[in-house]
Amino acid sequence: MEGLEGLRSFDDMLRESGLYPLRAEDVRILQMNLGSLCNQSCKHCHVEAGPKRVELMSKDVMECCLRVVDEHNIGCVDITGGAPEMNPHYRWLIEECARSNIHLMVRTNLTILTRQGYRDIPELLARSGAEVVASLPHYTEGITDRIRGRGVFKASMEALEVLNSLGYGEGELELNIMYNSAGAYLPPPQKRLEDEFREALSRHGVRFNKLYTLVNMPVGRFFSFLKGSGNLVPYMQRLVDSCNRDTISALMCRTTLSVGWDGTLYDCDFNQMLSLRCNSGAPYHIRDFCMEELKHRVITTGPHCYGCTAGSGSSCTGETT
Amino acid sequence: MDTYYRPEDLHKFSSVGEHAPRLWKKFSEWYAEVFKDGALDEKTKAIVALAVAHAIQCPYCIDAYTRTCLEKGATPEEMTEAVHVASAIRGGASLVHGVQMKNVIEKISL
Repeated sequence: MEGLEGLRSFDDMLRESGLYPLRAEDVRILQMNLGSLCNQSCKHCHVEAGPKRVELMSKDVMECCLRVVDEHNIGCVDITGGAPEMNPHYRWLIEECARSNIHLMVRTNLTILTRQGYRDIPELLARSGAEVVASLPHYTEGITDRIRGRGVFKASMEALEVLNSLGYGEGELELNIMYNSAGAYLPPPQKRLEDEFREALSRHGVRFNKLYTLVNMPVGRFFSFLKGSGNLVPYMQRLVDSCNRDTISALMCRTTLSVGWDGTLYDCDFNQMLSLRCNSGAPYHIRDFCMEELKHRVITTGPHCYGCTAGSGSSCTGETT
Repeated sequence: MDTYYRPEDLHKFSSVGEHAPRLWKKFSEWYAEVFKDGALDEKTKAIVALAVAHAIQCPYCIDAYTRTCLEKGATPEEMTEAVHVASAIRGGASLVHGVQMKNVIEKISL
């Protein structure tokens, strides 16, 4: 990255920690990115998703993913996007996943669930027993709408109420909230923030199970913001200074494999957006999946990886330490 | 544009310890301890620090504790109210000296 030559490289940090090269330890989660199409264009989005994006995962690629999950007993499928609900094969995919014994996680921006043509989805998810991971940048309307657009907070509350009415947020149907900072700074401690969210959202009658905090990654639209606002170097320095070596063993890339809309394999969704495909001699397309070669693959790293080692660590399921 | 207070100088803070390492070590340990959760939690302490930073008008502290407050989960509303508290105390501190002024007026006036 331009202007970051003075920063200690991630690989050097791994070398100093005796953990170079970074290797996967298994493939326990298959994260499927169904495409970049989204009804929102959030300022922090690392996917640069939006209503004009056209990349969408085909049914063929989905079938290939499900075959891999089945043949290799991968325990969890994590569905993301964009707004994955906007993929025309989304409902089929959810139903297929529900038929198997896997743990199904679906990510949602919430507002899509209130749109015409998508209001049946909460019921489908409840029927499928899917864990819902709903992104919500803040418990205040002002901050949420600043990042995601006017009206997003109210629509998000509406969607959360619908999910609650179906049993989400208590009992067996898990509803978790994904928080990311509203700027170039690290998220607050997860547990404390969860308490604040719980208290604030209870005033809207909303219940949820857990809150996950995610560090904003210097990728995609957030990278453009950092660069354009003169925050890139200070933010990267903050990530490097906050590097916590205890987080390395729990990095999500060590147990997750990310599949792009066209079936290309990546070590994580962030590498996917940087077009850094699995590149260690292991196959890099889902149709060539080979567990033996992939489960201990060398992971492709870059300066952005400091986002996952900052503070208490960061992952698609929150803090890692 | 050059400026007397350069933001990047904050990262050189520890260089102050070069000629007095023992004192720097004591300061660093004490400072770290002060901001840990105690009778006040870390977020509250960060908000207090932000208010004090404004009262003493330290640009480094304002930069550092604005970020720290956000990273501890403080909202802009909470932070702005803290700055108002600092300003009220500063303003009040000036105004209350009006009593001194009145005392002097009384003393020297016929």
